[in-house]
Order: sequence, then C-alpha cells, then structure tokens
Amino acid sequence: MWWYVGKRLLQAIPVVLGATLLIYAMVFLQPGDPILALFGEKPVSESVKAELEAQYNLDQPFIIQWLLFLGGALTGDFGLSFSGQPVADLIGRAFPVTLKLALMALVIEAVLGIIAGFYAGLRRGKIFDSTMLVVSLLVIAVPIFVLGFMLQLVFGVQLQWAPATVGGDASFQRLILPAVVLGLVSFAYVLRLTRTSVVENLGADHVRTARAKGLSETEVNRKHVLRNSLIPVVTFLGADLGTLMAGAIVTEGIFNIPGIGNLAYQAVLRGEGPTVVSVVTIMVLVYVVMSLLVDLLYAALDPRIRYA
Amino acid sequence: MPDMTPLPGQTIYVAPTDGTPLEETGTVDTSAPPEGQWKEAWKQLRSNWIFWVSAVLLVIIFIVVLFPGLFTDINPRQAQLSRSLEGPSADHWFGFDRQGYDVFSRVVYGARASVTVGILTMLFVTVVGLLTGAVAGFYGKWVDTAISRVADIFFAIPLILGAIVLLSTLNNVWSNRGYWGGVLAVVLVLAVFGWPQMTRIARGAVLEIKSLEFIDAARAIGATKRSNLWRHVIPNSLAPVIVTATVSLGVYIVAEATLSFLGIGLPPSVVSWGNDIAAAQSQVRSGNNLHVLFFPAGALAITVLSFMLLGDAVRDALDPKAKKS
Repeated sequence: MWWYVGKRLLQAIPVVLGATLLIYAMVFLQPGDPILALFGEKPVSESVKAELEAQYNLDQPFIIQWLLFLGGALTGDFGLSFSGQPVADLIGRAFPVTLKLALMALVIEAVLGIIAGFYAGLRRGKIFDSTMLVVSLLVIAVPIFVLGFMLQLVFGVQLQWAPATVGGDASFQRLILPAVVLGLVSFAYVLRLTRTSVVENLGADHVRTARAKGLSETEVNRKHVLRNSLIPVVTFLGADLGTLMAGAIVTEGIFNIPGIGNLAYQAVLRGEGPTVVSVVTIMVLVYVVMSLLVDLLYAALDPRIRYA
Repeated sequence: MPDMTPLPGQTIYVAPTDGTPLEETGTVDTSAPPEGQWKEAWKQLRSNWIFWVSAVLLVIIFIVVLFPGLFTDINPRQAQLSRSLEGPSADHWFGFDRQGYDVFSRVVYGARASVTVGILTMLFVTVVGLLTGAVAGFYGKWVDTAISRVADIFFAIPLILGAIVLLSTLNNVWSNRGYWGGVLAVVLVLAVFGWPQMTRIARGAVLEIKSLEFIDAARAIGATKRSNLWRHVIPNSLAPVIVTATVSLGVYIVAEATLSFLGIGLPPSVVSWGNDIAAAQSQVRSGNNLHVLFFPAGALAITVLSFMLLGDAVRDALDPKAKKS
C-alpha cells in the first residue's frame, strides 16, 4: 500500500506543477502593467517602479517568475500582497475559516443526507421517498445563491433565528446558516446516493442470508444494509470536501465570510496576482490530497479492493 | 408403442401425444438485423412519462429562446421608472423591477443567453472530451498518459475559481465584447475547465468497448485501427457520453448564472437570468418585491430541472441495469 501511496504522490507532482503554471500564466501573461495599475492615476517615478518590479519579480522572464514563486511556496513564502502583507498570513487567517465552514457543511449534509436517504430507500415509492426525491431535485436545480439568499432572508432577516451575516467573527453559531446553505446541494447528492445504494443492497444475497439466519429486521437494516450502503457515500463525502471549499466562494460572498473564497474573489477583482495564484495552488493541493485519501478509504472500507 | 403390460397393481401413465401438438409459436426472421441499442432505448424512452414532461418543457423553452417576440411585445430594455418595482398585474404578469423593466419580458428574452451558454459549452466539452478520451483510451500507452495528465491538470483546478480567474483576464484582454462576444467568452471559459470530466467518461467507455470480441472480429476481417476507432469503438461508447452531456447542460447553465451573480460572467448589458437574479438581490433585501427574484430564478430552475430529468430518463433507457434501482 505504501508503494501505491508513493506512486500516487509522484503522479500528483506534475499535476500540481501544471495547474500552478496554468493559473500563473492566466494571471500574469496579460497585457497591462500591474505596477502602473497599482498606482492608478498617480505618476510613478522610474526608480520606485523598478524597485517594485524587482520586489514582485516582475523584471524576470515569465518562467523564472513562476519558478521563484514555486520555490517560495515550498518554504511557505507566497510573496507579498499589493497592500504589503505576506500572502501566507492572509491565507493563514482565511483558510481555517473556510475549512471550518466546509467541515460543518460536510457534517450537516452527511447526517441529514444519510438518514433521509436510508429511510427513503427502505420505504421506496412511499410518500417520504417521493417527497425527498422532489426536494433533492429542487435543491439541485435552484442555484445555490438563490437558496442562500432566501434562507438568509427568512432565517436571518425575518425570523432572526441566526445572524444574517458573519463578518469578522466566524464563530460556530454564526457559521451554521452558511454551512447549511453550502451543504444543501451535496445533501441532495448524498441523499440520492444513499437511497440508490440502500435499494441495491436490500436485494443483495448477503441481506437475504442475514434475514434467513434469523436476524431481526432492525438488525438486518442496521448491520447489513446501512453499513454496506455507506461505502460509496463515504467516498463521495471525502471528495466533496475539496468541492465544498472551492464552492464556498459563493456562500462566503452572500454571508460576508472572511474565508479563502472571498480572499480569492477580492484578489481577482483587484488583479492581485500573487494572492490569486497562491489560493488556487492551495485548492489544488487540497483536491490532490483528498482524492488520494478517498482512494485509500475506499480500499479500507471495501475489502474487495486492494492496491498493490 | 412398445408393449408395456403393467405388472399387477401397477399403472402406467403416458401423456397423450395428440393433446399437446407442437404449434408454431411465431417466426423469427433470422436474416433481419438485430434491433439496435438506439431503437431499444427509444422504445424505453417512449414509455417513460418523465421523458415526455421534460421533452415538452424543453420544446417550449427552445421556442422561447428562438422566438421571444412571440411571447411578449415589450422591449426588455425599455425602462419605465414610473412603474419601478410594481407588483404583478393582469397586464404585466411578473411585475416590474427597480429599473422599471417588465420582468416577464426580461425572463423571456433572458432565456436566450442562458440556454445558449449551456448548449454551446456542452457541445464544446462533448466534442473535445469525446475525441481526447477516445484517443487516450483507444491508443493507450504514452498517448493515454499524455492526455490523462493534461486532463488531470485542468481537472484539479476548481471550475468556478478557475473560471473567475480566466474571465477576469479575458476582461482585460477583450473588453467591450458585445452580446455574442460576452456569451462566447463564458462558453470558452467554462469549456476550458469542463472538458476533462468528459474525457474521463469517454476514456472509460472506450476502454470497456475496446476489449470486447467484436472489435477483435473487425480487426480480423481487415479493419484498420483508425476505421475500427471511428466505425466501431466511438459509436458504441456514446451512451455514457450522451447521458453526461445532457445532465451537464443544466450544470453549465447554473455555472453561467453563478458567474454572472459574482459580477464577472456575462456583461451587464446582456439580458440573462443570471444577471437579473444578481440584480434582484439588492432589491429584495427587506423581503419585499420578491417577484423580481422569483421569476428569473424560477425560469432558471425549471430549465435546469428539465435537462436533468431528460438526462435521468436517457440514462434509464440506455442502461437497463441502472433502471432497477
């Protein structure tokens, strides 16, 4: 298995390198002088311009700029933002917020999705099942920002059950509503996946055997149906963490959360290359690590799968 | 009949042959070609009411996209400030937004941009993904490695994040791009980050088909590698590609709306559901004027839902195994 992990990590290196190069090219290979843009209408003296260019490595050829960025990133130095703060500090503040939000969303979608999907699967074709099917379709079809906005309006503004915006204080209570919004779409997927998986398992031979040897219905459902149905769900959830963190950009915008998506979005609007590239690099790393973990998890859960 | 004199106390039963004559149970025309996968799928599809619901909805949506003038005489860009934020009425079913635009007219004309982005992105992604995936799966070896690694790179960058970065660059390079330029920019950006998904699906399907016996048979009777790929492997790998394409159409429509919502998708001058939903946000803050948000969002949701249901129905038809669950 360690051989497999090593191989996968080696394979991930060109992916990470390629992805950062791609984003780096998109951000920095465009006409226009970022230094001039930084000063706007004000005139810039040649010496200040040269100094700033040297500071941001803009006087180097493109590939060298990228290599310098990579070299810095390896040691945790992501360069300076245009306002002079180290990008690593900005990310260090924003990343935990987004991670917390994504993990909360993950727990919410997992618990609700699995429970609802399990009962829908057991009572296939009954009222609960049909209702859940309609709910999941609606949640997937209505854009997340509309849902988020409606929930914010109803629970945040009208009923005042939860704070409508988060702002600087990203505490647990304040993040609950955004986490529900963020987890909604994936909740629909978890629900459908669990339901399909439960229905499939109900007809499986091992479940019939469990019934035949005299286990009670509850025990059969809990020990044999639910457990085996969770394998695809757990792998989905693992892969979903990366998606949630990247997708948080919309939720963070609606609820004004100082997370990594907001950071990236603001940086894109300001044309702040170093921050944008750093955030995307972090997201790519999260994706690569999570997909490796998911594959390992899959093997751990399903004894039929072994990696040589 | 042989002599079967029963022993004492023994009875022999013989089924009367006259009672059960061999009848002709129907004829099988062995010379006719077997019914193809597509014909079977169409038969399945025809009997599925979900298919008909989504198909009818989509036909209506396409008519709206092609001929918006049939549904409203009002110009979507005609602002009547005196009627700003007026609610729905008999003459103006969906009411007015803050600018005094007729919301019904905006919804009707907005369909074009949203649906066009969805369809064009889907076509781009399907063509690029199918070709790269098929070539990678069919030729294998270093071709597969090269294509798969490049696809991995694009796949590792989150769709919305990557799209925002590329679009902001495009805005600098190619500003003032008008209606179709704006639509095309969003299509290109979504396609750039969307194709690897299709490559993976197509590659998987081709790998499966490639190992089947009829491909060896075609080789044996002298088919070249290339004709094998085009005439046998690709046509037989299309089912999962078509299903994914239909479902992803809805995803791309939502993605366009999300980008427009973030203020970086279609230019504000383009009448689109995404732009209108984004604009509606500030008008609904207090919980009044919900109609401004409800109608464009509802139109978007119905469209996305139609494509998703169609995709589900097509999947059931093409994959009878999946239907049971």
